[in-house]
Amino acid sequence: MSIDIDTARRVAHLARIAVKEDDLPALAGELSNILTFMEQLNEVDVEGVEPMTSVTPMRLKRREDVVTDGGYPEKILSNAPDAREGFFAVPKVVE
Amino acid sequence: MSDLNKLTIAEARDALRKGDTTSVELTEACLTQIEGAGALGAFVHKTPEIALEQARAADARIKSGDAPAMCGIPLGIKDLFCTKGVPSQAASGILEGFKPEYESTVTQNLFDAGSVMLGKLNMDEFAMGSSNETSVYGNAVNPWKVDDRQLTPGGSSGGSAAAVAADLCLAATGTDTGGSIRQPAAFTGIVGLKPTYGRCSRWGVVAFASSLDQAGPMTKSVRDAAIMLGAMAGHDPKDSTSADLAVPDFEALLTGDIKGKKIGIPAEYRMEGMPAEIEKLWHDGAEMLRAAGAEIVDISLPHTKYALPAYYVIAPAEASSNLARYDGVRYGHRAKLAQGDGITEMYEKTRAEGFGHEVQRRVMIGTYVLSAGFYDAYYNRARKVRALIKRDFDEVFAKGIDAILTPATPSAAFGLGEMAEADPVQMYLNDVFTVTVNLAGLPGISVPAGLSAEGLPLGLQLIGRPWEEGDLLNSAYALEQAAGFVSKPEKWW
Repeated sequence: MSIDIDTARRVAHLARIAVKEDDLPALAGELSNILTFMEQLNEVDVEGVEPMTSVTPMRLKRREDVVTDGGYPEKILSNAPDAREGFFAVPKVVE
Repeated sequence: MSDLNKLTIAEARDALRKGDTTSVELTEACLTQIEGAGALGAFVHKTPEIALEQARAADARIKSGDAPAMCGIPLGIKDLFCTKGVPSQAASGILEGFKPEYESTVTQNLFDAGSVMLGKLNMDEFAMGSSNETSVYGNAVNPWKVDDRQLTPGGSSGGSAAAVAADLCLAATGTDTGGSIRQPAAFTGIVGLKPTYGRCSRWGVVAFASSLDQAGPMTKSVRDAAIMLGAMAGHDPKDSTSADLAVPDFEALLTGDIKGKKIGIPAEYRMEGMPAEIEKLWHDGAEMLRAAGAEIVDISLPHTKYALPAYYVIAPAEASSNLARYDGVRYGHRAKLAQGDGITEMYEKTRAEGFGHEVQRRVMIGTYVLSAGFYDAYYNRARKVRALIKRDFDEVFAKGIDAILTPATPSAAFGLGEMAEADPVQMYLNDVFTVTVNLAGLPGISVPAGLSAEGLPLGLQLIGRPWEEGDLLNSAYALEQAAGFVSKPEKWW
């Protein structure tokens, strides 16, 4: 599988990482190499094999559906690059 | 007592209990060594005030007679662990300035047992790397040296390995997603244990690939690994994948008696082009275990070859999802925006500035393999291959194999910068012997077993049955005793 420049641009956008136009060819090349390496997986007969969902055969524990934590917005906001009036602040989202 | 920083955990515990030394003395000895070891790049955030306060509390506890084994023991903590009020940035620029409001369960468990935190340790950014060269803090350097070159301590827990090998601390925490505890342990001549998936809580450990990540101890001896794992492990309601199983007294299981144990030697690990000295080390290790009374059995793990490609689909896929949270909104770095930039530009610029090259590459690979049209071809196929890799191990253990012996790494430590021009896949090959263990969720331990022709440490890996770290540690203990590895790096820093 070879990744072209348009695909590299699309993947970068999906990943929300700004990549300069000049850097796209090198990125496409790197991604192609890695995907070629992964293509060995096509040699394996996986007919009838279920994809693994959990490495240990354990049932996830359940708990009562109750609030057990919270009530400290100042702690939640303490590391925010921009917090105002008890909220995270971001650039305008809706025109 | 002299050279307190060089003690093992077991030696320090005994000395503390006898009153021969104090935790404050141990801690001060380590802090002095850390001050003089800047050239190793191991400690990236030092916490001497916290350390001395914890040491004084530990001394009071020891005096009162209520002291668990880890009480008063000075440790280094990998930067991946969130530590309350102390910078915890996974060696990434995107978490610049982040000071958690909470403590990870593993560090809290260690502190509850009375352990002392000397500071935070260098690592590859978000634990993605095998040489500690992707860190925003710069390289960690291996205390071992044979010529003018500076060598890698391995990665991603490179700072942890360097700090323990150089006696800057008595032991350190590490994390292991594809070999990040065992490979650096092998490169620096120390012991590194990756427990069974679910043995240690992942809560408060910055997530890389959640189905593979596991914390573990990096120590100077197998006994220390047993002691420290006991304090780190345990069920945690805050991590739904942590196992609700009793934590045995691992140290009590170290008898050194492995008579009648069946040790498997997997044919598929005899890689093409394996250096002769690695092959010899492996052979010698098997002979040592045989001499100790174990039965050496040839086994087959037929899907081994596909472990690395499966890993490099699954781990980046999970990483792309986990690292989506670094968006410049809730913590860490936010890019300066230009006039008219909206929220998408904020995300894209923040992540381009905050993530290093390798992290960006893996996030994009993960994004690609999860994207519409490729999900089945890559991600689902990799998860099926993962199921087959686990089945290989299940079948071998069902035949009565107690542990599996393999090399820990395909080579000794290489020079920093030597892989800079190489294809990323070349770097990924470092994980070839370790990554299967993460995919199958098993416990694995790296034990220093000899020196290369150049004079650098080499490690052997033992892989155990799930939840049987005690039995695995006992086999490792027998190997450690037979190998008799006592070499230490000569101090140059």
